Amino acid sequence: MVTRIRELLAKHGALPVSVETLSDTADLYEAGLSSFASVQLMLALEDAFNVEFPEHLLNRKSFASIAAIRDAVASLTGEAVA
Amino acid sequence: MNEVARAKALSLTERARRAAAVAAAHADDVDAAGRFPREAVDAMKAERLLGIQVPAYLGGEGASTAEIAEVCSILGQACSASAMVFAMHQIKASSLVSHGEGAPWHEGYMRRMAADQLLLASATTEGGIGGNLRNSICAIEVDGDICRLTKDATVISYATEADAILITSRARADSAPSDQVMTVFEKGQYTLEKTHHWDTLGMRGTRSDGFIFKGEAPAEQILPKPFAEIAAQSMLANSHILWSGVWFGIASDAFARAQAFVRAAARKSPGSVPPGALRLAEASNLLQLVKSNILAALQQYDAAQKDETKLSSMGFAVAMNNVKIASSQTILEIINHCLLICGIMGYKNGTPYSLGRHLRDAHSAQLMISNDRILGNTSTMLLVNKQDTSLLG
Repeated sequence: MVTRIRELLAKHGALPVSVETLSDTADLYEAGLSSFASVQLMLALEDAFNVEFPEHLLNRKSFASIAAIRDAVASLTGEAVA
Repeated sequence: MNEVARAKALSLTERARRAAAVAAAHADDVDAAGRFPREAVDAMKAERLLGIQVPAYLGGEGASTAEIAEVCSILGQACSASAMVFAMHQIKASSLVSHGEGAPWHEGYMRRMAADQLLLASATTEGGIGGNLRNSICAIEVDGDICRLTKDATVISYATEADAILITSRARADSAPSDQVMTVFEKGQYTLEKTHHWDTLGMRGTRSDGFIFKGEAPAEQILPKPFAEIAAQSMLANSHILWSGVWFGIASDAFARAQAFVRAAARKSPGSVPPGALRLAEASNLLQLVKSNILAALQQYDAAQKDETKLSSMGFAVAMNNVKIASSQTILEIINHCLLICGIMGYKNGTPYSLGRHLRDAHSAQLMISNDRILGNTSTMLLVNKQDTSLLG
């Protein structure tokens, strides 16, 4: 799942740095994730994982790092995080 | 609604009314000369209104956003420029109160702010960022215990009158434009070189000139939280609610003038309802809409207050954006109605029904953070966020 998230982040995150240089826990906002790009990323994630983000996950924390995105998506797909 | 009821009961409103009386006496001159509303701000200090938001344990009164919005509205009925200076000061104060607690320097500053009634200004806009305050070009340089910053600040309202400026920048020289911090620079720690002169249609007394800001201060004056969190959790709601409070005040005073005009006309021709009366009823309806909208936002902010996740959520941001859009557009409609009611007496300056200043000042509402930018931001969020369709939340 993390590999797929990294792919989508590279495509939609519009980050000024390469996704490979970021650890799973690196702060994406610090890396330059804008609110517009985070919405584009959310749409791509919804499409890729066939999920819909509910209101309680639409906040900064859910998209603060690759690990946070993984947890958010996993909570929706019911997949184990490991 | 408890907060609102409490606001109404407190003597704070009495103090605000006394300051408003001073502001009203000088409003026309402040507008004509495009000068800082010195007398009104001195009166706010005398009434100890500048420190009301500081928590009680730091020497303030711990005033709620509802109470502060009420003061904004009372001042707005008297002099919009004075009210806007007060609102902007309180928005900066909310950044300190919400995000400076626990930081020794900032707690000490809040204590002084309450004791000495210090006035805070802010510098969030910068040449080259295209109006998006969540982007910075300038970066703060931390050199041991000292931080330095140079910013091409295209607007710093009442900069030369303020006791401190809260200023945004990138967190480090290699930070992304959206990775920002906010720093408090005190008077004496910076120089201002004027670049733009504030000569505008309305809100002339806010003195929102442009400057090259150059500051050097102890690094501990940088607020301990990322500006993104400050913006989402305190600035967004406080700006939109307190500005709306000011605008409601401007529209309320315009309405009061129009109503006085209709009543005078009715007394002159007993037995018939004057032609403006129907329009007054329409304006009353619009004024109530604006008020309800602000009260609903206060309730929503109050409910989200202790929940960082909720405060940073898209649903909350959409709701606050909508409050700003609605109040900034509707007040123009209200004042336009009032102008039609008062006719040439409203169009002329220097009559009890004059509305020129109200109309000019109110036009700033849809420009300060452009409504188009806000609508663009909301429309992005609505790509994923569902509209709240419940009546009671």
